[in-house]
Amino acid sequence: MDLDRPNIEEYLPSEAIQESNEKLHLRDLLDISPTLTEAAGAIVDDSFTRCFKSNPSEPWNWNVYLFPLWCFGVVVRYGILFPVRVLVLTIGWIIFLSSFIPAHFLLRSHDKWRKKIERYLVELICSFFVASWTGVVKYHGPRPSMRPKQVFVANHTSMIDFIVLEQMTAFAVIMQKHPGWVGLLQSTILESVGCIWFNRAEAKDREIVARKLRDHIQGVDNNPLLIFPEGTCVNNHYTVMFKKGAFELGCTVCPIAIKYNKIFVDAFWNSKKQSFTMHLLHLMTSWAVVCDVWYLEPQNIRPGETPIEFAERVRDIISVRAGLKKVPWDGYLKYSRPSPKHRERKQQRFVESVLQRLEKKGK
Amino acid sequence: MGSAPSMLTQYDIEDVQEYSYNLFSQQEIVSLYERFCQLDRNAKGFISADEFLSVPEFAVNPLSQRLLKMVDGLNFKDFVAFLSAFSSKASIQQKIELIFKVYDLDNKGKVTFNDILEVLRDLTGSFMTEKQREVYFSVVYVPFGFPLSSK
Repeated sequence: MDLDRPNIEEYLPSEAIQESNEKLHLRDLLDISPTLTEAAGAIVDDSFTRCFKSNPSEPWNWNVYLFPLWCFGVVVRYGILFPVRVLVLTIGWIIFLSSFIPAHFLLRSHDKWRKKIERYLVELICSFFVASWTGVVKYHGPRPSMRPKQVFVANHTSMIDFIVLEQMTAFAVIMQKHPGWVGLLQSTILESVGCIWFNRAEAKDREIVARKLRDHIQGVDNNPLLIFPEGTCVNNHYTVMFKKGAFELGCTVCPIAIKYNKIFVDAFWNSKKQSFTMHLLHLMTSWAVVCDVWYLEPQNIRPGETPIEFAERVRDIISVRAGLKKVPWDGYLKYSRPSPKHRERKQQRFVESVLQRLEKKGK
Repeated sequence: MGSAPSMLTQYDIEDVQEYSYNLFSQQEIVSLYERFCQLDRNAKGFISADEFLSVPEFAVNPLSQRLLKMVDGLNFKDFVAFLSAFSSKASIQQKIELIFKVYDLDNKGKVTFNDILEVLRDLTGSFMTEKQREVYFSVVYVPFGFPLSSK
């Protein structure tokens, strides 16, 4: 087993069944080495864990003149940049709150104006956030338009994906409800742009959410809906399987691809290792967040295509554009075990090949 | 926390290398250590069954439960020794020994018909009836007719 390879491309379990039509020998019964090798291969490296691995950047401060330079950089980042950024963010919040709260309560009767102002203000505060990390975001492609019967889907790396996209267009997003100050923001400000909440832990939740999604799309006046079909944050080198929920709503799907450049900071948010606050602080004490956003061509489901195939096709489009590798795993496997049907499929294939050869023997 | 390799000294690497019959290069042992630390989430020094099962590719393997009994709670040295049987440089003897241990899970020193049937059950699940398994077994085993022993 060659364990020294740096890029294990397209590592998927190989076929463990030897297709042959020969007589069955004792060796065929007893030789379980293909299955064992598959298991050992999974222990040594697997394509699922790789999706959530944050590769630490190579330190460059290893000698006499680089180290002081790096120290100087740290001083600048923590001592100068960080306070300035906090100031910028505070100013942004003051402006936002002092405009949002009056608008929200005073313009109750003028809904259209209120919504317009709230939309603009949300875009504004997101711009302030992006500025607080010195975000260098390059947008490619036509800006999303507000039309009914369309959803936007994007690959997911961190909660800042939402902020980066939101500063351009006030999307309504569907998100996991978070605790703490994020949850507070979710229930107050994000409510106004029409966000939908779900709870991963609840099984019945899916139907309720599916209904809410459908209702939202029908509304002409609602903000365009943004969905992250991966369902979890991935490290921006891979994409995991898209959930089909966004693809069976019977409307146009507009893919958005986001790729972060790790040159100054790795924007992957590993929610198991860091709270969102720590993640934001990490970004605010780095030099810059650099990323590219591509608004891609809207896609419709083709005749005869199932929602799952549609989802895979869109995932393909996004992965190719952002240079991400696809893996065949469901992101929720982070939180639960794979369903028994995968193992059953393997068992079934094994049995089929054995029975086929038994039959040939004429027994 | 994948930056643990710095905790592995040259002595450690050589020690582990020797323990696993010199089947891995030092670079491979360093890579394995990174992987070990990645799977061992709270740096306990061993990987629990639950952590092995969090690798979906491993969890869907039909023999995962049998293998779990062999790898659960192994420290790094034993982990590498276990994996050394899968190296292309390992001897046939070593590979057969591993397969034997997978069959003879309760360490009786011999593999019985029952052990073989149990492994077959794991591999076939509900897609083969017990009768079919016995037929398969008798078809390939009839020419021999005596139980395998550890020698």
